Amino acid sequence: MSNWKHICPLDEIPPLGARVVRRPTGGDIALFRNAEDEVFALHDKCPHKGGPLSQGIVHGRKVTCPLHGWNIGLEDGQAVAPDVGHCGRFEVKVEDGQVWLAL
Amino acid sequence: MKKQKLVLVGNGMAGVRTIEELLKLAPDLYDITVFGAEPHGNYNRILLSPVLAGEMSLPEIMLNDLDWYRDNGITLHAGSKVVKIDRVRRKVMAEDGTEADYDRLLLATGSTPFIPPIPGNDLPGVLGYRDIADTEAMIEAAGKYRHAVVIGAGLLGLEAANGLMLRGMDVTVVHIGEWIMERQLDQAAADMLQASLEAKGMKFLLARQTEALLPARNEDGDMTARVGAVRFRDGMEIPADLVVVAAGIRPNFALAESAGLYCGSGRVRGIHVSDTLQTVTDPRIYAVGECVAHRGIAYGLVAPLFEQGKVCANHLANFGIGRYEGSVTSTKLKVTGIDVFSAGDFSGGADTEEIVLHDRQGGVYKRIVLRNDRIVGSVLYGDTADGAWYFQLMRDGQDIHEIRDHLMFGQNNLGDVGHKGENRAASMPDSAEVCGCNGVCKGTIVKAIKEKGLFTLDEVKKHTKAASSCGSCTGLVEQILASTVGGAYQSVSAADKPVCGCTEHSHKVVREAIFAHHLTTKEAVFETLNWRTPNGCDKCRPAINYYLISSWPHEAQDDPQSRFINERAHANIQKDGTYSVVPRMWGGLTTPSELRAIADAAEKYKVPTVKVTGGQRIDLLGIRKEDLPAIWADLNAAGMVSGHAYGKSIRTVKTCVGAEHCRFGTQLAMDMGVKLERMLFDMYAPHKVKLAVSGCPRNCAEAGIKDVGVIGVDSGYELYVGGNGGIKTEVAQFLCKVGSDEEVMEYAAAFLQLYREEGWYLERTVHWLERVGLEYVKRKVVEDADSRKALHARLLFALKDARDPWQTSREARAVKQFIPLTVEA
Repeated sequence: MSNWKHICPLDEIPPLGARVVRRPTGGDIALFRNAEDEVFALHDKCPHKGGPLSQGIVHGRKVTCPLHGWNIGLEDGQAVAPDVGHCGRFEVKVEDGQVWLAL
Repeated sequence: MKKQKLVLVGNGMAGVRTIEELLKLAPDLYDITVFGAEPHGNYNRILLSPVLAGEMSLPEIMLNDLDWYRDNGITLHAGSKVVKIDRVRRKVMAEDGTEADYDRLLLATGSTPFIPPIPGNDLPGVLGYRDIADTEAMIEAAGKYRHAVVIGAGLLGLEAANGLMLRGMDVTVVHIGEWIMERQLDQAAADMLQASLEAKGMKFLLARQTEALLPARNEDGDMTARVGAVRFRDGMEIPADLVVVAAGIRPNFALAESAGLYCGSGRVRGIHVSDTLQTVTDPRIYAVGECVAHRGIAYGLVAPLFEQGKVCANHLANFGIGRYEGSVTSTKLKVTGIDVFSAGDFSGGADTEEIVLHDRQGGVYKRIVLRNDRIVGSVLYGDTADGAWYFQLMRDGQDIHEIRDHLMFGQNNLGDVGHKGENRAASMPDSAEVCGCNGVCKGTIVKAIKEKGLFTLDEVKKHTKAASSCGSCTGLVEQILASTVGGAYQSVSAADKPVCGCTEHSHKVVREAIFAHHLTTKEAVFETLNWRTPNGCDKCRPAINYYLISSWPHEAQDDPQSRFINERAHANIQKDGTYSVVPRMWGGLTTPSELRAIADAAEKYKVPTVKVTGGQRIDLLGIRKEDLPAIWADLNAAGMVSGHAYGKSIRTVKTCVGAEHCRFGTQLAMDMGVKLERMLFDMYAPHKVKLAVSGCPRNCAEAGIKDVGVIGVDSGYELYVGGNGGIKTEVAQFLCKVGSDEEVMEYAAAFLQLYREEGWYLERTVHWLERVGLEYVKRKVVEDADSRKALHARLLFALKDARDPWQTSREARAVKQFIPLTVEA
């Protein structure tokens, strides 16, 4: 069962940008916001060489890893073809302008 | 809205490529139905020769298998030949009774081999060379019979002959002309090619006219039903169990003509189309490929067909941009171990000149034909490495008089490092490493090109990662691509190359539109230029952001989310996600108190690595992002500012100690360097920009490999531009000599402003100079004083009120977001 945790107001994530959510264990989570104010959450670790996806350029429903330019789908965490790889994803929701993450 | 119906007649490379382009632009606009006479999906016809030669198999050359049609919702009638078009009812009918209605119709019926009207041309064992069925028939014959005769020594004929020879047949090539491949090669190159094919065992009969194909006789001397010999007009007869006729192709336009579409008369036959690839008769009907006659030319190579497909798709998608204005073509023979390249008009003439290199012993022949200082044709044999470069210079119509003296020796644009200085793709073994950054060897690239059906450099980059990091092996990868796909490869002229997959517009078009329409936001650019994606991608957004700001300084707002992370964090991201911080040291000068502040900061933030950079300053590596604002504050407090070591911007001005201290110094190099660096502070540019100032010609500051190099001499300064110490070492070129410090500032500023205004994003000064020519830059910067002063003034205006980005960021809200969020308990 999901355990929803309050993270921050939506305003704290820049549009077409991301924030890092630090956890005591389990590694950082990257919290993305796109131009349509959709919010996505992925492990902050590119399946290629572990680059911090939160630092990448967000476009459409994709983020480009800052280290070697892999594109990762924000919805499913899958690398965009022809690259192959997968990045863990988390359920996320926005209610009344507040962002919640299922941990 | 109900979908319109699009019917494609002809399931080959041109037609299906058009559909692919259309699906990229408008995936849901049409219900698509495809008719193909052959019972297959779409395959790569160009690779039939390697199949014949036994180097590839049929499944390897499929481009679109049946799943592709299903996945894209396309109805495919394979093995169904369309025999009638009813233009009134807008309906096509196939031989097997299948019918389909259309709103728009695309004809791509291709061509058929021309079989000369000679007696015996209908005997079994006489084949054209066009499709899978022909190839299979040849392979079968090679297993049973001995003597093969190929009529026609053009590209296709020689490839067929080579394949049959490799399958063990005794092959004679018969040609009507004086030398082989006379449409692509001059006699010198043709003779060399013939000699090397003869060395492999191929026989030639030139200047021979075939009179008849004779049936074979059985042991009793009676005639059989199969071909057995070829007789020439001079009476000579040679045995032939298989005759392959490769005497040219004829556009397939019978279907179109029967529907009343104009197909020309006399010499130029084919479905006549306009620049939008619409038939001149019926605007609902489009046509592409070998069946088409465009401006009086029917193309038989695949590259032009792809260009047609692109334009046609654009119009089918109702975008209505782009015209097909004809193609310049090049040829490459696909015979393993033999390199031949030809492009354009090599026949010469009264108004042309030529440069020739002929090394018969070494097996190398190169001929470049020039008219008015522009390349109009080239023929290369043995060493075709620079074919793509010559071809591009020819297509771009570039004035070559500046590079004339080394034109023949090639572009040599391949990197110096990472691939052992290797610059000939053909001679490299499969195991040789091509891309030193990503560890990709030649075999991997060739395999990907063949198996995935790749045609462009971008596709190869995406699939193999070769040439996708530093790019120094791009030339090698292009060569491998060209030699693997042969004539299908067309190097894209840089001027036309789209910025990225989000658009079909080039950097040139985007930049001009931003200026012409006074666009100041990325959204306005996306809208004006019909971007395909809602907010671009990591390639186009940074470029657009740069063009906006450089075109409309103080007006367009910087968009941090369109900047690479380094320019957002004003620090360089490292492999572990930490950052490196480099404070500016003007002209490489520092003070004890600055050094003390750096040492204090390094200790306070537990900086694991402190390193001196090549740009004469100090790098603090391994800093956590959340510590950046604090370390900036400490460095700012000591009077230091960002060194922009991370940006597409001014980096450093390197200096020697100059006349201030040096016993050889003629000019005050440090003082000059500091003044230049202060003038250029915070200058955003298409790519990084580095300067150097040396106080005498000993040039200890290495000004010869900088974007702008200044060398002090007794009477003033020499200015050099376009140097580069990176991937490929490029020596800066002499721009001019000036007398005073003020002139150094003015000329350097004018040069850099011209680069800022006209360089494409991620283009270093050397590549921009290569594109526009040094002469052009000299006119704007050196000869025309008004132009120089205006450029200088525009740069100073753009840099007016420049602020330290660390200081600015510390005050901004965005910097608070450097701190990670935490999960509330």
